[in-house]
Amino acid sequence: MMSQADTRPAIEFRHVSYRVNGDASRELLHDLNLEVQRGETLVLLGRSGSGKTTTLKLINHLLTPSEGELRVEARLTRDWDVIRLRRMIGYVIQEVGLFPHFTVERNIGLVPKIENWPARRIADRVRELLALVGLDPEIGSRYPRELSGGQRQRVGVARALAADPPILLMDEPFGALDPITRAELQREFLGLQKRLRKTVVFVTHDLREGLFLGTRIALMEAGRLVTVQTAEEFPACAEPLAAAYTSAFGTGV
Amino acid sequence: MNLWQFMLQNHTEVLELTLEHLWLVGISTLLAVLVGIPLGILITRYPALNRPVLGGANIIQTIPSLALFGFLLPAPWIGARADRLAILALALYALLPLIRNTYAGIKGVDRAVAEAGRGMGMTDRQLLFQVELPLALGVIIAGVRVATVISVGLATIAAAIGAGGLGEYIFRGLAMVNNQVILAGAIPAAAMALLADLSLGWLEKRLSPH
Repeated sequence: MMSQADTRPAIEFRHVSYRVNGDASRELLHDLNLEVQRGETLVLLGRSGSGKTTTLKLINHLLTPSEGELRVEARLTRDWDVIRLRRMIGYVIQEVGLFPHFTVERNIGLVPKIENWPARRIADRVRELLALVGLDPEIGSRYPRELSGGQRQRVGVARALAADPPILLMDEPFGALDPITRAELQREFLGLQKRLRKTVVFVTHDLREGLFLGTRIALMEAGRLVTVQTAEEFPACAEPLAAAYTSAFGTGV
Repeated sequence: MNLWQFMLQNHTEVLELTLEHLWLVGISTLLAVLVGIPLGILITRYPALNRPVLGGANIIQTIPSLALFGFLLPAPWIGARADRLAILALALYALLPLIRNTYAGIKGVDRAVAEAGRGMGMTDRQLLFQVELPLALGVIIAGVRVATVISVGLATIAAAIGAGGLGEYIFRGLAMVNNQVILAGAIPAAAMALLADLSLGWLEKRLSPH
């Protein structure tokens, strides 16, 4: 892995566009230029259809850029061995996507397992991760359907962190939770990130969540990047759409 | 002479025909499973093959069984023996439910689950064997169940080309205009179909992930 002193961006978009099956009338992302610095939490903020999730899926190569260059750890995503690339990127999605036929332990230990870690080391790591995301170790032997939404999402985060990937992609991970659980997980995630210093790309449509968790906010609309601001600057940003967001979320931000 | 007496008197023949019937159904279903499930998996990986494969299996399904036996008759090696011919025909008929259910079972796996697996860096093979197939197993077994039950019924027609099985009694009874003899073939066949349905239904429930 790269050292912390490395000043090159962890993720770098250069004129990246994405069109569904190369169809020009279905352009989901247009000429994106964006850098994600090592150890920061970059929030992609925008409405549905703004291109946030597309941007995320380009990073772990679930989608391939139609145009432009996208580098992860200074290497073009299309030059990476896609399996290696994905195993160094944790991925958390709103629907969690836990395997229903695996216990919590097996779910969390999945990437270490396919990376051929010895069983003892996997078991130790799983126990460590359960504690890290604030779950009772007893939960390890349960199945996802026996958990609450908040517990499931914690397992999702633990699973993404299992092999200690330097990069974490999070697609509205707390979007489906009730407000109280949601606030709790946001606080815990912030605490976790202060310790772990991962490079995080976090998708949300909730400005309040974005400002709370993000180092910088990248505002997107209709497949285009509107503006990138630090979390401190964003509320005062004069750009009309950014201002509209700030006023829509009112005095709470 | 009633049905019961007839079956008792001819119990060795009843048993023999039942075993023949089981053999025809068992081997043909096994063949169909060995071909149909891989084909079902294949068309989830290569969508372009979806229509030709499912279309082909559909067309086979529309051929009347007697006609299919006739078509296969000139085939080398296969046509030389009636039981080979019957097994091949039965296997061909069993393909459609197997291919369709394998495909539907895999496609029915929650998209978020499959995407999470791929996003975490599972290879296609790992995703297939550790996630998709285990989650699709219930639906695939349901396909085996349908195929087996259809096959038990269809195998009675194999007697028309001399392949044996319980159809022997049915055709003999028809020729003799004797309902007892027809029933001596039809009742064990029906029992076999029910038994296959129940046991595979049980297995389907056991192997479904929830």
